[in-house]
Amino acid sequence: MSSLLEVRGLRKSFGGTEILRGIDFSVAAQELVFVIGPSGSGKSTMLRCCNRLEEPTAGHVFVDGVDLMAPSTDINAMRRRIGMVFQAFNLYPHMTALGNVTLALRKVLGKPREEAEAIALAALDRVGLKEKAGNYPSELSGGQQQRVAIARALSLEPKIMLFDEPTSALDPELVGAVLGVMRDLKAAGMTMVVVSHEMRFARDAADRIVFMADGQIVEQGTPAEVFGNPQHPRAREFVAELSR
Amino acid sequence: MTGLDRFRDAFLKPELIERYLPDILSGIAVTLQIAVAVVVTGLALGLALAVVRSYGYRLVNAPVIVFVDVFRALPPLVVILIVYFGLPNLGVNIPSFAVLWLVLSLVLAAFAEEIFWSGLISVRKGQWDAARSTGLSHWQALISVVLPQAIRICVPPLTNRTIAVTKNTALGTVIGVGEIMNQGTSAMSLSGNATPLMMAAIAYVAIFVPVVALGSWIERRFAWKKA
Repeated sequence: MSSLLEVRGLRKSFGGTEILRGIDFSVAAQELVFVIGPSGSGKSTMLRCCNRLEEPTAGHVFVDGVDLMAPSTDINAMRRRIGMVFQAFNLYPHMTALGNVTLALRKVLGKPREEAEAIALAALDRVGLKEKAGNYPSELSGGQQQRVAIARALSLEPKIMLFDEPTSALDPELVGAVLGVMRDLKAAGMTMVVVSHEMRFARDAADRIVFMADGQIVEQGTPAEVFGNPQHPRAREFVAELSR
Repeated sequence: MTGLDRFRDAFLKPELIERYLPDILSGIAVTLQIAVAVVVTGLALGLALAVVRSYGYRLVNAPVIVFVDVFRALPPLVVILIVYFGLPNLGVNIPSFAVLWLVLSLVLAAFAEEIFWSGLISVRKGQWDAARSTGLSHWQALISVVLPQAIRICVPPLTNRTIAVTKNTALGTVIGVGEIMNQGTSAMSLSGNATPLMMAAIAYVAIFVPVVALGSWIERRFAWKKA
């Protein structure tokens, strides 16, 4: 399997504090990798470096073989190949669900309105929200907003999708539908990196678990390995905490 | 003579109204022209400076911030007098109406930059993240996502500041711009009566009340269903 995402020697400091202290990992095509770890371990920062929303202090990120850090790389062209879903959804409040999805299709891909809307409606349909196309974000529940956000990323036909705690801001009864969409994406062969605390989902959907602590990856393996027989003391502590 | 008659003769004497109406009307025309010009250039420059500042280049931002702070601190009258009476000594002669337009535009731009800027930074960072993550450039994210949300927040303070600065067209009287105030004070000196000043006051109300109404109309236009 060729790796679709490859992170090498990634470091990130804020002020004098080093948040990421040398991260190396790769994600194969169609793989679903879950990144877990205690808060403050650098999971979100690591994810945000994977599309350079956060500028790494050192190291390299390759997506589909292209070095995101290379000066010759058109980062905007690469970013539409890297879908991102945020904890706070970040839908544009002044646009309808349809408008949220069509914006990048029109501005980045230069699609004419009609074509963009057709693509957007298909994407909204995939997340089960075609009938909400004309609604503004404020008229949607959190779970619906997050699914629109997924459709927004999906419509650009990304090679890989990054999920930054996609269900953390949701009421428990709304989590299921979002995870359902992610399950569908997995079934359709989407490559995904997910930072999340949804351990049950991690257990039965993830191909691999990456455990981070203090800005480093201290353990990784299949869910059975990491949850069943954690090796590193920090991972053991974390898993024990979860099963309490 | 009743009290009411005395009041009328002091402030709204009919024959003086008739005599000076053409002067006040021509003053209104001048004030309107300068006010519109100031609003257009002041707001455009203020927005442009805020947009430039959003790119976050420190070397560019430092002079922007200095300009904004200085022009917000200085009384416009001081700047008008310095430019009008000072620059000719350097061989630069700017007509008085142009001085008034230029100075008030810079003052409005300084305040508008600060208002636009605070609007831009009040938009949550996640909006930038979402837009940029889909491949939009800084400029595209600004124009399509951030600015529409920022401007909506900016409209009320911007309306207030715009009115406050454009009212300062009255300062043109000290450098002989034939605007409303200038016409009113010269007519007052000639007639020895406050009637022309009352006419000027009424003219200002007539001009600026519609501007206030326009402001609240724009506020409604830019509103959308809030979360």
